[in-house]
Amino acid sequence: METGSPAGAGTMGTEPAWTGLPPGLLRMRRLLLVVWLGLAALAVGLLLSLLAGPVWAAFALLPLAALAWGWVLLGRNWRSWRYAERADDLLITRGVLWRQETVVPYGRMQLVEVTSGPVERHFGLASVQLHTAAAATDATIPGLDPAEAERLRDRLTELGEARSAGL
Amino acid sequence: MGAGKAAGERRLHPVTPFRRAWAPVAVLTGWAMHDPNQAQEQLTRLTTTMALGGLAGLVTAGALYGFLTWWFTYFAVTDSELRIRTGLLFRRTAHIRLERIQAVDVTQPLLARVAGVAKLRIDVVGTEKKDELAFLGQGEARRLRAELLARAAGFAPETAHEVGEAPAHELMRVPPNKLAVSIMLTGATWGSLAAALVAPPFLWLATHSVWTVLATAVPLLGAAATTSVGRFVGEYDWTVGESPDGLRIDHGLLDRTHETVPPGRVQTVRIVEPLLWRPLRWVRVELDVAGSANSVLVPVAPRAVAESVVARVLPGVTVPGELLRPPGRARWCVPLWWRGYGLAVTDAVFAARHGLLRRRLALVPHAKVQSVRLTQGPWGRLWRLAAVHVDTGADKTVTARLRDAEEAAALLREQAERSRTGRRTARPDRWMA
Repeated sequence: METGSPAGAGTMGTEPAWTGLPPGLLRMRRLLLVVWLGLAALAVGLLLSLLAGPVWAAFALLPLAALAWGWVLLGRNWRSWRYAERADDLLITRGVLWRQETVVPYGRMQLVEVTSGPVERHFGLASVQLHTAAAATDATIPGLDPAEAERLRDRLTELGEARSAGL
Repeated sequence: MGAGKAAGERRLHPVTPFRRAWAPVAVLTGWAMHDPNQAQEQLTRLTTTMALGGLAGLVTAGALYGFLTWWFTYFAVTDSELRIRTGLLFRRTAHIRLERIQAVDVTQPLLARVAGVAKLRIDVVGTEKKDELAFLGQGEARRLRAELLARAAGFAPETAHEVGEAPAHELMRVPPNKLAVSIMLTGATWGSLAAALVAPPFLWLATHSVWTVLATAVPLLGAAATTSVGRFVGEYDWTVGESPDGLRIDHGLLDRTHETVPPGRVQTVRIVEPLLWRPLRWVRVELDVAGSANSVLVPVAPRAVAESVVARVLPGVTVPGELLRPPGRARWCVPLWWRGYGLAVTDAVFAARHGLLRRRLALVPHAKVQSVRLTQGPWGRLWRLAAVHVDTGADKTVTARLRDAEEAAALLREQAERSRTGRRTARPDRWMA
């Protein structure tokens, strides 16, 4: 149902070849959501049924509702993330309600960073972050496969060097 | 100590230690002001001799500290760098690459003018307060500035200190009466004055406590003084000049500041039109240079003069007169103020205006754009409107809000293309090379 693979994005006219995020990020976020909200629901349900009576335990449905809502939201958010490497710049779009599209010319890149926290590492994920001389430049691609993240980093660094320019 | 003087290294001016001698006295005074009751109590317990002895000891300690920091601070100009070596216990060496210079400031606070010395500060992205050379002899500061600029410009090292100061040619000067009138016509001046006059009596009626009233009145009066008198003193005799080394900005009545911005360093220029200045067609011009603290180019000038200065600062740029207005449906996103927004894109700059009462038009040369972003919120989506942000190297973002969504998407692509190609015509970092 979800097309997040490079195969799903084609080149149509001037439209760049978009790449979505691999499903690993969605899996990780949904798992974290289920774990935390599941625990919350359990805690609320148990505490209220013990202290206030079984009827009050219905409040445990609130975290469960949030869980269902979050499940959908995470999917929509994950699908909204796309990036495209064009000949001279990198495009990143994200967001469902608050949409944002960022273009960074390769020549302006000062630093490319690959980061991976403990949880991300467990799921085999890494993020690529681009820095330019402007702090406002917000160009992060989360949840990539580590090999892809490294390929992207190397390619961006190489392209950045070839087109480098100062401030 | 292993901190001997290496070849080519120089010390700062010998007057430097004295600027630290008064620091302990200032700290003591600050403490006494902060907590007057306890200070009084402590003072009565001291005899006069003890007090004088303590004070003398503190001043000596301060002077010794000042002397030692001065003794262990060296600077040297090499072919490609300015090196500053400092620190008695914690060593610190700063190497500032000359081709990365964004601006050079020579400042003279009032006391430094009396002593005939000056501070020299080099603005590079990431420099701190302690990277300034304070103090140097007046003549030495000028010579050093000329040498640094000559080397940064790409003159051969052997000839760099013979090139001397590049001749400057005055572009404009702000007469004092015009500056005074412009400050009188600023809302902030009257606002802070009104606050300083109204708030203390109110507080007195409410609390009847002298300390509360003083604690409010003093900062308010201070704020009122800085926005009026302080601004006049700081922006007095504002002169903008042009030289092969770039833009020169000199100003100040008591503290004199001389700033030099080499060519191609200006990231953004903003033309500000306060409401009360508009009948006179006066404007204020601000600029952003990466790593520089100063942000004013022209404090007040007729629009035509300001535009001619902008044309010299950003070569090949004419301030766009006609701006594209947002579509009429933008009134549902930003009532009333939507009329203030405007956008113009020329071959050389991206220009965006905002503000209804106080209009601000920001110009970014395409070559200075670091990244371009398009954002759209849910309400904007409903009205098919989007915003285009242009990020510059001075950590400033210029935003064209309330554009038609399709137009914004096209603008995003075009702007990315223009900012990439804009670099080709830009001058090199070493502007004389």
